[in-house]
Amino acid sequence: MALETTALYRKRVRTNRLALVLSILAMVIGMGFLAWILAVLLYKGFGALSLTLFTASTPAPGSEGGLANAILGSAAMVGVATFIATPIGILAGVYLSEFGRRGWLAPTTRFINDILLSAPSIVIGVFIYAVYVAQVQHFSGWAGSLALALIAIPVVVRTTENMLNLVPASLREAASALGAPRWKVVLSVVLRAAKAGVLTGILLAIARVSGETAPLLFTALNNQFMSLDLNGPMANLPVVIFQYAMSPYENWNSLAWGGAIIITFGVLCLNILVRTLFRKKI
Amino acid sequence: MQSPTVTTRDMSFSQLRGEPAAVAAQGAEPKIKIRNLDFFYGSFQGLKHINLDIHEGMVTAFIGPSGCGKSTLLRTLNRMYDLYPGQRATGEILLNGRNVLDEGQDVNALRAKVGMVFQKPTPFPMSIYENIAFGVRLYESLSRADMDNRVEWALRKAALWDEVKGKLNQSGLSLSGGQQQRLCIARGVAVKPEVLLLDEPTSALDPISTAKVEELVHELKSEYTIAIVTHNMQQAARVSDYTAYMYLGELVEFGLTDEIFIKPKRKETEDYITGRFG
Amino acid sequence: MRAQRFQDALFHQLTRFFAFLVLAILVAILASLFYGALPALKEFGAGFPFSADWNPVLDKFGGLISVYGTLSTSLIALLVAVPVSFGIALFLTELCPPALRAPLGVAVELLAAVPSIIYGMWGLFVFAPLFADYIQPLLSGTLGQLPFVGVLFQGPQNGIGILSAGLILAVMVIPFIASVMRDVFEVVPGILKESAYGLGATTWEVVWNVVLPYTRVGVIGGVMLGLGRALGETMAVTFVIGNAHRISPSLYEAGNSIASTLANEFAEASSDLHVASLIALGLILFFVTFVVLAISKILLMRLQRSEGEKT
Repeated sequence: MALETTALYRKRVRTNRLALVLSILAMVIGMGFLAWILAVLLYKGFGALSLTLFTASTPAPGSEGGLANAILGSAAMVGVATFIATPIGILAGVYLSEFGRRGWLAPTTRFINDILLSAPSIVIGVFIYAVYVAQVQHFSGWAGSLALALIAIPVVVRTTENMLNLVPASLREAASALGAPRWKVVLSVVLRAAKAGVLTGILLAIARVSGETAPLLFTALNNQFMSLDLNGPMANLPVVIFQYAMSPYENWNSLAWGGAIIITFGVLCLNILVRTLFRKKI
Repeated sequence: MQSPTVTTRDMSFSQLRGEPAAVAAQGAEPKIKIRNLDFFYGSFQGLKHINLDIHEGMVTAFIGPSGCGKSTLLRTLNRMYDLYPGQRATGEILLNGRNVLDEGQDVNALRAKVGMVFQKPTPFPMSIYENIAFGVRLYESLSRADMDNRVEWALRKAALWDEVKGKLNQSGLSLSGGQQQRLCIARGVAVKPEVLLLDEPTSALDPISTAKVEELVHELKSEYTIAIVTHNMQQAARVSDYTAYMYLGELVEFGLTDEIFIKPKRKETEDYITGRFG
Repeated sequence: MRAQRFQDALFHQLTRFFAFLVLAILVAILASLFYGALPALKEFGAGFPFSADWNPVLDKFGGLISVYGTLSTSLIALLVAVPVSFGIALFLTELCPPALRAPLGVAVELLAAVPSIIYGMWGLFVFAPLFADYIQPLLSGTLGQLPFVGVLFQGPQNGIGILSAGLILAVMVIPFIASVMRDVFEVVPGILKESAYGLGATTWEVVWNVVLPYTRVGVIGGVMLGLGRALGETMAVTFVIGNAHRISPSLYEAGNSIASTLANEFAEASSDLHVASLIALGLILFFVTFVVLAISKILLMRLQRSEGEKT
């Protein structure tokens, strides 16, 4: 009897076909959602995009306005956060990759860092509120920057370590063989060789924190007016989007979509840039 | 360049001395006939115009330096290359007179008839018993008792039964490397294929395990047609009835093992066998 | 020479300090949350997570409603996201034409990079209305008629509530789980898959019987990672969960998760006890996600290690 005609065999082929169809369906659903979300963003966001979005401050309900103060505030806080997180993250990453062969500290840090990478960002906000905002008794841009920095650090640590691990050991040995001290080998040879990779980590961290809303809700809060005073409450895109999207006013809703399209495409462009900049797996 | 292919049935067969099995096979139709087989990895041609017969109940060995195409040839016989887009074969491979390269050939059904064992032991992540039963279940719905019998039968065939009978529920990964490889042979035998392909089956094994596997090949050839790829010429000499020497994707010489090793017709074969290659 | 040795030691200790700082951050978070939550824990005792009271006017607080919201939305998310992610990973590793493999893989990862607030907005403005008009009546008419589970699918059909929040979460965690699953599937040695194909197994049989058991530990790790993300996700949930402090049997009813409660109330908390109770919720959330993520990490490390031994 030919194998192909047995009932068992036909059942196996049918099962296989069903499973593969479902798998393709899953992929289509996944991609469908991405396309759907982006399409909605484009459709609703483009209508809201205009020059005043970038020049005017957030308006009162029903009147004209833009997001300039929020964009500026976000840029300031993300900038400060990056400035804080970069040296800390890189140096901790250097320790993990260059000195982390022995002892308890490196494996523990690596483990904890990877957990912080996915820790709920709203709790980071609560933490900064408790240790900073509650102490100084007012919301501030500094507090928001600190919260974002805490979220950025694990990203920088993880990528820095990965990228330094990709630098061949022979390069370190060659530099050491010339008599260079360890710190010089690390700073001027290893880090330089992994420059693009480390930069990738920083860009990824920026992408990650740019869209973070939860940790800013009760640290930076919001501010209706243009302000670069990091010591006071500060407007920022994510929180403005949140408040305006939840509001009943149509012009606020529309501004929220405008902000959403700016953030999403900013973040996606950063991610794509990172991938083209550094084609290795991160 | 056209290959200097040597086809099987030249006069050397008439000079056979004292090899009864080979004589018996000579009259019969070969189990597998390979005709004008070309194989491509993308645009690179891995096999050039191969013509070869594999005889029933015999062991055919493929030898040659790395990259000569011997494993590639083996992998065309069960169409393993189908898994990889960009790889394709043209020509004919007739198994029992049917061309397995036909579009219409069901590869799963083909692989039920043509089993394969790999360079490294590849026990599945399941118990020893399940490793054997997995393949059987693909083709037959056996009762628990029949399945038990089949598992025992296959493990006995692979000379592994006495070593594992008390621990059939343990993971296949708990066995030693040599035992794992015999488990894989048992797994291949259990589905009762007609042909067994062995792709450097002992390359990852120690000498004692290698000897056991070779012994096994000898045992199994009475019931199965076996094709074995090996980088070890002594092994080819020990286990095979026919030997094919391949080089750069071409079949240089093919014939009875004794003749290839004692009196090769071509200079290239002789150089390779005597170690003067390269 | 001595100066050089001193510089080296200094550099070593400097990097060590920053590595230590990462640990210190974690300890500081735990300690400050605990300290901040202390008034609430003193007032309401160990029963805090199990009390359904949440009344800022009477200053009575308990975490049950939020804990329930967090767990139920995450569970719904996993129920939907795990099979879909498995399908995506199966497609990317076994079925996808090689030319599409890289771009589609990147697309899945980009989906993971979209800020969660976007998922929330999309959920509120696009998904919820469609869900209310088409899916909810359909579910009520079918699953809602079943005994026992039927009550889950009865209630107000306005697209807002526990079920909607769970589904939005599912969309959000699919890319995380799918890309981990794809990565662990790719760890399976080709020769092992070939062995199964060599017996004549179909693609599905190879994946189900060989690839999945081989990568089981890593797959569970990926699911736990997704769970960790789902538990702590704020924005995607806050938009659609409905911000209501009650527990009801229906999944159509509005509720609150820990994260959404924090997002909605923290900045405007009325009393010290209210703030402390919110911080206590944060502590519970942080602790639970920490455990889940730690398990995930340990499982993924175990898969990596067994991989290292084999090669």
